Amino acid sequence: MRDFSYFRADNIEAARNAAALPGAMLLAGGTTLIDLAKCGVAEPSTVIDISHIKGLNAIDVTADRAVIGALARMSHVADDPQVKNLFPAVSEALWQAASAQLRNMATVGGNLMQRTRCPYFRDPQNFPACNKRAPGSGCSAIGGVTRGHAVLGVSEACIATYPGDLAVALVAFDAEVDLGERKLKVEDFFLAPGATAEQEHDIRPGEVITAIEIPGSAAARRSTYIKVRDRQSYEFAAASAAVGLELESDGRTVRDIRVALGGVATKPWRVRAVEDALKGKALSEELVRKASELAMEGAVDHGANHYKIALAPRVIARAILELGETA
Amino acid sequence: MNDQVTISPTTLSIHLAINGRDHALEIEPRVTLLDALRDRLHLTGTKKGCDQGQCGACTVHVDGERVLACLTLAAQVEGREITTIEGLADQDGTLNAVQAAFLEQDAFQCGYCTPGQIMSAVACIREGHAGSDEEIREYMAGNLCRCGAYPNIVAAVRQAARELRS
Repeated sequence: MRDFSYFRADNIEAARNAAALPGAMLLAGGTTLIDLAKCGVAEPSTVIDISHIKGLNAIDVTADRAVIGALARMSHVADDPQVKNLFPAVSEALWQAASAQLRNMATVGGNLMQRTRCPYFRDPQNFPACNKRAPGSGCSAIGGVTRGHAVLGVSEACIATYPGDLAVALVAFDAEVDLGERKLKVEDFFLAPGATAEQEHDIRPGEVITAIEIPGSAAARRSTYIKVRDRQSYEFAAASAAVGLELESDGRTVRDIRVALGGVATKPWRVRAVEDALKGKALSEELVRKASELAMEGAVDHGANHYKIALAPRVIARAILELGETA
Repeated sequence: MNDQVTISPTTLSIHLAINGRDHALEIEPRVTLLDALRDRLHLTGTKKGCDQGQCGACTVHVDGERVLACLTLAAQVEGREITTIEGLADQDGTLNAVQAAFLEQDAFQCGYCTPGQIMSAVACIREGHAGSDEEIREYMAGNLCRCGAYPNIVAAVRQAARELRS
C-alpha cells in the first residue's frame, strides 16, 4: 500500500474542506478504502479520517421517515428495533451483507460509496485495461470470466456489477442521500457506466454524505430483501430483490408495490415495469411470475452470467409471493 | 469552525490503549492495526490470514465490538479501547468461557484461525446472536476455518453461550 498523509477531521466543515484537496479520500469504516489501497486500486495522497466526527451516527426513525446519520454502522442500523419494524427490507439487506465484523466497521454513508467487486477492476497489476480505473483503457471483463458480471445497465465500456445490498432497498423506497448543500434520490446518486465508467456516483469534490433519509410507507412496512448467492452467508448476491407491498383491504389487490434488484445490474436497479404490471391487479402466482419477467427487459449477458437473466425474475417473484402470503 | 486544513507529517505519534495498557507508537499513516499489533507491539496472537478483510483471522475488539484489524488503520483507533486475544483471560490466567469451551469441544485443528474465531465468538454471544446453531453459523460466517472445524466451533460457541447465560 502506497503511503499517504493522514488528517483527522473533527467536524463536517473540516471534512468538506479537506475532501476538496486533490488526491484526498474520506475514511469512515475503511472496509472499502483500505481494501482497495491494498489492491493498488485506490492511491489517495491524503486520507481524511471522518470516523471521529461526533453526532453523525444517529438513527432517528418515525412512521413518516427514517433519518440515518452517515456514520451509523451497518450493524447498528440492522439491529435497530424501529428500522426492523418500519423498514424490514432495510434491516434484512444490512444483516445479509458482508460479515458481522465488516458490518461493525462499515458506515451507511461509506456503504453508498462501495466500489464494484469486479475481479478485473481489483487487479491492476494483471489487468491494466479497466475503464473504471483508467478511462479509455478498455474493459478486461468483456471476453473474460463473467459469471459475476451485470446483465442490466451495462455498456461497451463496463459490465461491472454494483455489489451492495443496502442501496437496493433504498432505491425501492425512494430514499435520498443528503450531501449538505443538496439532496439527491439514491437512485440518481448512482450512475450507470455508459461511456464514463469511472463516474459511479453523483458526488463532487468537497461534498460529504451526512445522512440517508427514507420516506415511510405502507410498502416499506411490509417489505423484504431476498438474497440468493453461491453460499448461504458472507457472499455477494448472485441476484437479490428488495420488495415492498401494500394491498387493498380485500387482502389481494395491489395498491402499491416497490421492486429493486441487486447483483445483476451496474447500479442499484429499480424495476418500475414490474411494479406497473402489478398495480391495481389481484395477486396470483401466474401474474406475479409473468410480471417479474419484465425486469429483464434490455438485459445483455456475456456468456457465463446468462443464468442471472433466469434467476433474477424468480427472486423477485419469490419475494412478492412471500409478502402476499403474510396478508 | 476550522477552515484551515493541516495535513499531518508522514510519521504519526499515536497512543493505543490495548488490553488496558497504553502504548506509544511512531508509525506511518498506512500502518494497519494488525501490523502495529504484530510487528511493533509483538502481540502475535492476532493472526494475519488474507490481509484483505475476507477471512476473520485478525478479529479484535474495538470499544467492545468485533472488527477486522487488517482493514483498520492504527491511527484511526487512537482513543478507542482495543482488546486482543492476549487480553481475554483473567490476570490470574483463568480462561474466558469461550476459550475454555474451544478447548473442551476440540474446536480447532491447526489453530491458525482460532484467536479470530474466539474473539468473534465472544462478541457474537455478547451481541445476543448465539441463540441457535443456525444463528451462530450466520453470525460467525466472517471467520473461515480451512481445516473445517466448523461443527466443533458451533458446539463451543453454543456451550459458552449457555454457560454465560446461566
